[in-house]
Amino acid sequence: MFVKQLSVFLENKTGRLNDVLSIISGNGINILSISIADTSEFGVLRMLCEDPAKAHELLKEHGITSKVNDVIVVSIPQAVGSLEKVVRSLEQNDINIQYVYGLSLDDEGASIAMKTDDLEKTLEVLKNENVKLYSQNDM
Amino acid sequence: MIWNESKECMSRDELATLQSARLVKVVNKVYHNVEYYRKKMQELGLEPGDIRGIEDIEKLPFTTYEDLNKTYPFGLAAVPTSELVRVHASSGTTGKPKIGVYTRRDIEVWSECVARCLSMAGITRDDIIQVGYGYGLFTGGLGAHYGAEYLGALVLPMSTGNTQKLLDMMIDCQATAIACTPSYLLHVAEDIEKLGVLDKIKLKTAICGAEPWTDEMRDQMEKRLNIKAHDIYGLTEICGPGVACDCEFHKGLHIWEDHFLPEIIDPATHKDLPAGTDGELVITNLTKEGMPLIRYRTKDLTSLEIDKCECGRTMARIQRFKGRTDDMLIIRGVNVFPSQVEAALLNIDGTTPHYMLVVDRVDNTDTLEVQVEIAEKFFTDEVRGLEKLSNEIHNKLKSAIGLNAKVKLVEPNGLVHSDGKTKHVIDKRKLYS
Repeated sequence: MFVKQLSVFLENKTGRLNDVLSIISGNGINILSISIADTSEFGVLRMLCEDPAKAHELLKEHGITSKVNDVIVVSIPQAVGSLEKVVRSLEQNDINIQYVYGLSLDDEGASIAMKTDDLEKTLEVLKNENVKLYSQNDM
Repeated sequence: MIWNESKECMSRDELATLQSARLVKVVNKVYHNVEYYRKKMQELGLEPGDIRGIEDIEKLPFTTYEDLNKTYPFGLAAVPTSELVRVHASSGTTGKPKIGVYTRRDIEVWSECVARCLSMAGITRDDIIQVGYGYGLFTGGLGAHYGAEYLGALVLPMSTGNTQKLLDMMIDCQATAIACTPSYLLHVAEDIEKLGVLDKIKLKTAICGAEPWTDEMRDQMEKRLNIKAHDIYGLTEICGPGVACDCEFHKGLHIWEDHFLPEIIDPATHKDLPAGTDGELVITNLTKEGMPLIRYRTKDLTSLEIDKCECGRTMARIQRFKGRTDDMLIIRGVNVFPSQVEAALLNIDGTTPHYMLVVDRVDNTDTLEVQVEIAEKFFTDEVRGLEKLSNEIHNKLKSAIGLNAKVKLVEPNGLVHSDGKTKHVIDKRKLYS
């Protein structure tokens, strides 16, 4: 139940994000969400898109460094405390969250994509919590 | 003031006679005591008797960094270790440092050479001098220190790294002179202005070296600190700072020709060039006991003027340096070769050998940014993974070149590749004009 995320190395240069996005969308690949982790020197663009493997190849052809890696995408119901519930369950199981970002996948409410230091264990924990998990096919 | 008038002002004829006698002696010495030199001379069919004076200098083989590297560390020593009392070293191109070894007498000669330079800058035994060069293998700290003590000045061995302490002591002890790199002195000037303590300092002379600097920098430091600034030159292999220095007329750096025989050669044809012509500076140690070098190619490009100076000295003057014949950079007084950076990077997983050194001078301090291309297989979605890589590069570079460099990870193929030879250095400082 992992989802493939495309991570892209970006130098902090004007127009770099646009370069990446236009290569991907220019080839008809739909982008579902993006998030950028930035430092003073560089940024890491993380995105969920329809065909991450193809997007990776396209970027490679253009000399842009990227990588496909697994993340977990969880539906967060529209109710007070639902995100906290998910996060608390991970904490109780000693799972450290490396990053998390929000996205909107359908009309049912919000979702989050997350990477933890133990994705397999995270999956087990979340299954027991009865939260809705998305697969690559849902993308 | 002239420290040793009988030498510094001797006629060119007398000087040539002295140099010839000393050259014959040193050639005999290395032939009989240094196997490496003996072989080099034998390969050329040379015997010590073929060298009768300085007019025969061109018959002798050159000594290069490669020779130092091959014989590292003590292969060129002309006396047994029991006679040696000191080692100094600076960076070499391929990892092995360039070293110099000294007998007790070498230290004394070196000290006198530095004393001549300090004296030329107007420093006397009444002065209180701060030595702001690093103490250690680097020749700057101990070289200036011994020279200043030899002169009889009161020495404050400040070393580097603590500007606040330097300023406190400068004010408390009423220091009148300072020896440090020119860029550091400008940095100090800035702090003095920031703190508004110019009226509390008694500094009147600075003797700056270990990196090339410009007349504009001299004007700046002289005006801002109300001092006189002099340029001192030297290199570890030959002895260290104190090989040459400029007098109050600033018409070039007087080289102590009674100890260091200078030549200017055409770097392509290796032929000696006449005074006034630009070429590579070559130096022969005439008096060094520990590790006398014969026709050492400094890779510094300059010319020599030999007419008598207005100051009264007859010693030849090294003119403004025009550059280097190799790719050595001098950053904050430290010799850095791009090949050292390359070697350090190759030892780190995660980087291709593609890199660029960007050297600049910001607020009078040299800055070094090392841009490193990040290999795709090591790219990670985690920022901390990339930061870890960046820190590792920083630390490896620090131990390889001894400088804190700002590391910037860049996209592969993001660096400028010129045709044929890859460009590895962008120096924005414009030190050679």
